[in-house]
Amino acid sequence: MKGNYDKAFENVIRLRIMSILMVNEQFDFNSFKELLEVTDGNLASHLKNLENSEYIMVEKSFQGRKPLTNYSATDTGKEAFKLHLEFLENLIKENKP
Amino acid sequence: MKNAEKELAEIKSMMERSTRFLSLSGLSGVLAGIYALIGATIAYFWIYFPNPPYGFRTTFIDDSVVFPKLIVLALIILSLSIGSAYLLSQKKSKRIATKLWNPAGKRFLQALFVPVLVGGIFCLALVLRGYLIVVAPSTLIFYGLALVNASQFTLGDIKYLGYGQLILGIISAFFPGYGLITWALGFGVLHVIYGSMMYYKYDR
Repeated sequence: MKGNYDKAFENVIRLRIMSILMVNEQFDFNSFKELLEVTDGNLASHLKNLENSEYIMVEKSFQGRKPLTNYSATDTGKEAFKLHLEFLENLIKENKP
Repeated sequence: MKNAEKELAEIKSMMERSTRFLSLSGLSGVLAGIYALIGATIAYFWIYFPNPPYGFRTTFIDDSVVFPKLIVLALIILSLSIGSAYLLSQKKSKRIATKLWNPAGKRFLQALFVPVLVGGIFCLALVLRGYLIVVAPSTLIFYGLALVNASQFTLGDIKYLGYGQLILGIISAFFPGYGLITWALGFGVLHVIYGSMMYYKYDR
């Protein structure tokens, strides 16, 4: 079967994070929090997890005095996501009568 | 894994929600249209009254008093429209529980206002150089292009409003003397129609 089911995207929050980063060059922590409706700690742990698998990159900066944490998808992450998508699509195709 | 379809739907919805500005309210379109129609009526009394509101070189504006008045009127309508759009979007963003200035909102405004500002300055140059005859079509065309450009960052329906403005702009460019009418149709009638359709489709 083509594609690859990626354990990293088994969790729905991580799947959502990666979906957002596929279509946004950058996305910041607070915007994630607002869109995903999760707590700081929960979000941070999922982001850390994706960062550890080198699927996403972190860039810390300041906007005025407020710290701004921006995330973006790495090439490895995009590739993994595409394979995951392919897997899902094939799964649907094969299960169609 | 059984839920592959659900997962795909999830991905699609996240991609959409993170890139599209969804706080635009249909009512702000209706209000902008009403302001524009009131403005066009006032302009008619200044320019054409008691003649019918069209005609090339039967009545035309070379009056140094009327023209500044028209520009002030246009600026007032513009500010009122932007003001109500801002307030209503703020209200709607609270209702759908999203921040007004999310990344999608910023991109939407940028896509809309770059062509609008360039168009505005260009039209100002046209006015200063005396090419009054192409001002109405130019505002419609720049606005239409701005809407089509911004449509990828909000609910896609807005591009039909853009196409409408573009068609009116082109017609107006080829039929001088109908500037006020096409302008009232574009900024007035189309806004009201589009706004109420959006209101019934998404806001109720």
